[in-house]
Amino acid sequence: MKFENYGRGIAKGMSVTIKHLLRHPTVSQYPEQRLNTSRRIRGNELIWSKEKCTGCATCAKTCHEGAIEIETSPNLVNNKYEVEKYQVDTGYCIMCGLCVEACPFEALFMGTTYEAAKYRRDELVQEKEDMMLEAGVKQPSGYFYPDYAAALPRQTLLIERITEEQMKPAKMEPKTETKTEKTAEAEKK
Amino acid sequence: MTLKTEPFVLNMGPVHPSTHGVFRMRVVLDGEVVTDMEPVFGYLHRGIEKLAEERTYGGIIPLTDRLDYIAAMSNNFGYVLSVEKLAGIKVPERAEYIRVIMAELQRIASYLIIIGAFLNECGAYFTPFVYMFREREKIIDLFEMVSGQRLTYNYMRVGGVSQDLPEEFLPALDKFLAQMPVCIDEYDRLLKENEILLARSKGVGILSKETAINGSVTGPALRGSGVKWDIRRADPYSIYDRFEFDIPTGSAGDCYDRYRVRVEEMRQSLRIIKQAREQMPAGPVRTKVPHLVRPPVGETYAHIETPKGELGFYLVSDTSISPYRIHIRAPSLINLTVLRELIIGWKIADLFVIFGSIDLTMGEVDR
Repeated sequence: MKFENYGRGIAKGMSVTIKHLLRHPTVSQYPEQRLNTSRRIRGNELIWSKEKCTGCATCAKTCHEGAIEIETSPNLVNNKYEVEKYQVDTGYCIMCGLCVEACPFEALFMGTTYEAAKYRRDELVQEKEDMMLEAGVKQPSGYFYPDYAAALPRQTLLIERITEEQMKPAKMEPKTETKTEKTAEAEKK
Repeated sequence: MTLKTEPFVLNMGPVHPSTHGVFRMRVVLDGEVVTDMEPVFGYLHRGIEKLAEERTYGGIIPLTDRLDYIAAMSNNFGYVLSVEKLAGIKVPERAEYIRVIMAELQRIASYLIIIGAFLNECGAYFTPFVYMFREREKIIDLFEMVSGQRLTYNYMRVGGVSQDLPEEFLPALDKFLAQMPVCIDEYDRLLKENEILLARSKGVGILSKETAINGSVTGPALRGSGVKWDIRRADPYSIYDRFEFDIPTGSAGDCYDRYRVRVEEMRQSLRIIKQAREQMPAGPVRTKVPHLVRPPVGETYAHIETPKGELGFYLVSDTSISPYRIHIRAPSLINLTVLRELIIGWKIADLFVIFGSIDLTMGEVDR
């Protein structure tokens, strides 16, 4: 028979499993406990700056899904284009970030939200009022904007959590750390 | 009088937990033994090659993310290489090193998934799979840090990579490089001598050298059969000729050998990342490339070694902003062709062990 040391392999394997059983859990209790996402996160929405946008429509030309719709009219008073309509259908958007990369006036940002499930399809369409940077409601991501990236909290890395906790003996109570505490810490730093 | 029995035709799939996607196998059974098998695929066909003819060269990169969706970085790499070859664009040194680090991290991540899934099919139900996924999560964290997403990275660009590495990347990579060998050793202790794994995979689904070469099989499946063929060595692309690494091969060509080749290749990938991390120069990560690339009239074929095998992009340009024709040589589709020969004669419980050891992603088979 091909297995000379029968049972040894399984015993060895079980020792690994039992060691893992005694370890501190590495999972987190979503949605109560949230980890910080990447500073360059490409979230499920776009954020648009009214002041910086000139209506050049480079973003709409770059978008290979055709998700961005833009309408402008000439404004003769200050010799600029007035953006009449800026609409993004996030149902078509694949969050590739090419529009943000292409914008020559730094007027377009990726958002940071990732929970964008909606009940109706027409709710997926973002109007320019929803995505205005100047309204200050939405946090722009640091994708292609290093200044914005530096202001965001540091990404939680599993690799850092594990090195600390692999050394620790098993604990019965999981740590309850909320997002608000974490972001407050990051802001202090 | 003898009673005649009809062969029993069984439909495996299209939605089956072990087919890693939507894939159907029409299996003809004699009792429990497989006598014939016909793969039926096309359920995930999205027409990526045709869609690409309508898009700019830069806009195809997000499409290549969706080919082999568990190794998106490698697909990006293969595509941008072929465009750069066609347009004659030179890439900065630092970008080359970043690309190699990303491709090798992706190789480890992809092998972790497939080893975990393969063990699932051997009957180690989800325990090793979850360990592998934890390790993969560390790599995904790194990818998320540089590209902003966890699965469809869209990180590489024609003429470099999209953005430079963030400052916290290299410390995290060093931690990963220190941890990963320990983890691989731990999984070897868990699995290498496990009697159940040996009984299920040793001597099962033997792919002979001749069949593998005749069927154009590439990747770990070919190397498991004892053929020393790796495009990183055979036809070095990017900067792979600067690194020292071995090409692990198997001897018998069975499922166990294919699994061992993957484990050894993870160690070799770590070696490459270590060397690349030490040699990496500072500097720009992207050359100035026009927004709409217009390569000269001509055709090109560039191939790379992905976790599945040889991924090739054949491009034809007519100087317009989008390619005239793009053809993708998908390793999963070509490796699928030998599946019938491997499966015939084995029992139905071995069918998915063999299927899992070949490593197919349906996004790439159907495209």
